[in-house]
Amino acid sequence: MKLALGPVLYYWPRQTLLGFYTNLPHAQLATIYLGEVVCSRRHGMRTADWLDLARDLARTGVEVVLSTLALIESEADLRAMRRVAENGEFLVEANDMGAVRVLAGRARFVAGPHLNVYNPQTLAWLGELGASRWVMPVELGRDALALLQPERPGGMQTEVFAYGRLPLAFSARCFTARHYNLPKDDCQFRCLDHPDGQALATREGQPFLSLNGIQTQSAQVYDLSGVLSPMRELGVDLLRLNPQSAGTNSVIEAYSRALQGNLGGADLEKALASCRLTDPCDGYWHGKPGIEHVTA
Amino acid sequence: MRKKPELVCPAGSLPALKAAVDNGADWVYFGLRDDTNARNFAGLNFDARTASEGIRYAHDRGVETLLAINTYPQASGWDRWQRAIDQAADLGMDAVILADPGLMRYAAHKHPKLSLQLSVQGSATNHEAINLYRDQFGIRRAVLPRVLSVAQVEQVIHNTDVEIEVFGFGSLCVMVEGRCALSSFATGQSPNTFGACSPAKAVRWEPEGEHMNVRLNNILIDRYAGGENAGYPTLCKGRFDVGGETYYAIEEPSSLNALELLPQLTAMGIAAIKIEGRQRSPAYVAETTRIWRAAIDDCCAHPARFSTRPQWKAGLTKLTEGQQYTLGAYNRKWN
Repeated sequence: MKLALGPVLYYWPRQTLLGFYTNLPHAQLATIYLGEVVCSRRHGMRTADWLDLARDLARTGVEVVLSTLALIESEADLRAMRRVAENGEFLVEANDMGAVRVLAGRARFVAGPHLNVYNPQTLAWLGELGASRWVMPVELGRDALALLQPERPGGMQTEVFAYGRLPLAFSARCFTARHYNLPKDDCQFRCLDHPDGQALATREGQPFLSLNGIQTQSAQVYDLSGVLSPMRELGVDLLRLNPQSAGTNSVIEAYSRALQGNLGGADLEKALASCRLTDPCDGYWHGKPGIEHVTA
Repeated sequence: MRKKPELVCPAGSLPALKAAVDNGADWVYFGLRDDTNARNFAGLNFDARTASEGIRYAHDRGVETLLAINTYPQASGWDRWQRAIDQAADLGMDAVILADPGLMRYAAHKHPKLSLQLSVQGSATNHEAINLYRDQFGIRRAVLPRVLSVAQVEQVIHNTDVEIEVFGFGSLCVMVEGRCALSSFATGQSPNTFGACSPAKAVRWEPEGEHMNVRLNNILIDRYAGGENAGYPTLCKGRFDVGGETYYAIEEPSSLNALELLPQLTAMGIAAIKIEGRQRSPAYVAETTRIWRAAIDDCCAHPARFSTRPQWKAGLTKLTEGQQYTLGAYNRKWN
């Protein structure tokens, strides 16, 4: 099992973003996913900028994958998706079936976490279209994976979302703009003020969700560090760790040492507890509500 | 003159199906009694006998029937979904409405004469996605998720020969259908995995002094003051705290009503309009079908003079969630 760094799902200022990628412990990562997956209005990085960054990162020896927008609504969104999908240089993660159509038969691709792969038949179909890796939908867990793994097409790699606030839903509506009573088309990019999303709690103060523009995430940080062995036994190839505004390098270090067998049990939990934004959850892996935390 | 949009109406039971047929539906859609459809609620849906009777009732009156097998087959239960497809073919359904590509492939290979439609749960929001399902499985019609503006709907229509259907009325998903795991995050069951959002068995009403708390798997979705109208706790329609404010942070309890957009939708070549509500009563189905039938007929007879009649508005408002309705994402400002 190796480590993949998921795309930054938040809107960070360009310099912050570039600094983040410069300072990563590149040697500990097999793969880095780059690109804007959430909101087409975010324009700090243009496609050409992402490609420049991709080339810089690829020189460190890491595999770079360009991720496409999850929710494609307009012709402009489609053009942006095609620019990424047809880049001709880097592997692409398709996050919607429109991207799959552009990539099918043209290039190998990664079937991203937003493609709804729930059964071996759909996975086989994506394999025939050219998928060489799939990312399990976040709401699936151990039992589903155990049924899917033996059936996966030859050469198909499996990646599991293992760390970060869970990307749970997308909407046409921007919830960040809504919070500030701003129209989406004049949102003033208020999501820049929330580098890890904006906390949503119940009226009893229980942390519940996190608003990130048109995306809704979990308030809790999904963390599968407690089930590395079962994942390895199921033949998982890559663990996806999602970036957060601070402490990402420590998360990568902790997972990396754990995979090498140099950190585990209470020490691993202690290392991760100090860099998690909020309490952890891992219910999905165990077939329970995602918000629950099962692994002690 | 464009073709008249077909009216596609919901049925959670045989009486609801008859209500749809009797009041002017062109199509009636329903599901089987299990997790193969996205309204997997106790006491709802059809078995082989009621389905067969419903199909006969509809066909005798020139109405087409559509079986919703629009959840994602779980790896542990593939056979159930496959059987549902076989059953649709055996029953003589006019079409099936599906979300999962693996299942579509099975249907296209095994039952080449069975007409395929792409469910809103398939989450295809653009013409490239829709044309993928056309190229791969020969789908005839696609239902658009409730995330596109009217102008974006028109763009889709212009770029595909697949018939495009949109939602006209009913409960409103704020999230892109098929891409929302909020319900499983809170309860363990979601539309994609189980065919239900915010499932009833996870709901708990809990009086507390003057207030009524409503919980979903113990998570407080809303708290109502005495006398306040309390709605079903669909988890995206509760009041939550964000940045020190308590409000409907995701969406108010309201329904979609696109009646006033009929002339525009018709002019752009919408093939069909869907009424949501398989979980609703036969009376709801009768009333929504009757009003939309009249409105579509009126709009197509006199497109330039069309306006929504007060009695239609009043009739539909009574059937909405919280007596409120919205144009949703059709109106760009809603976003």
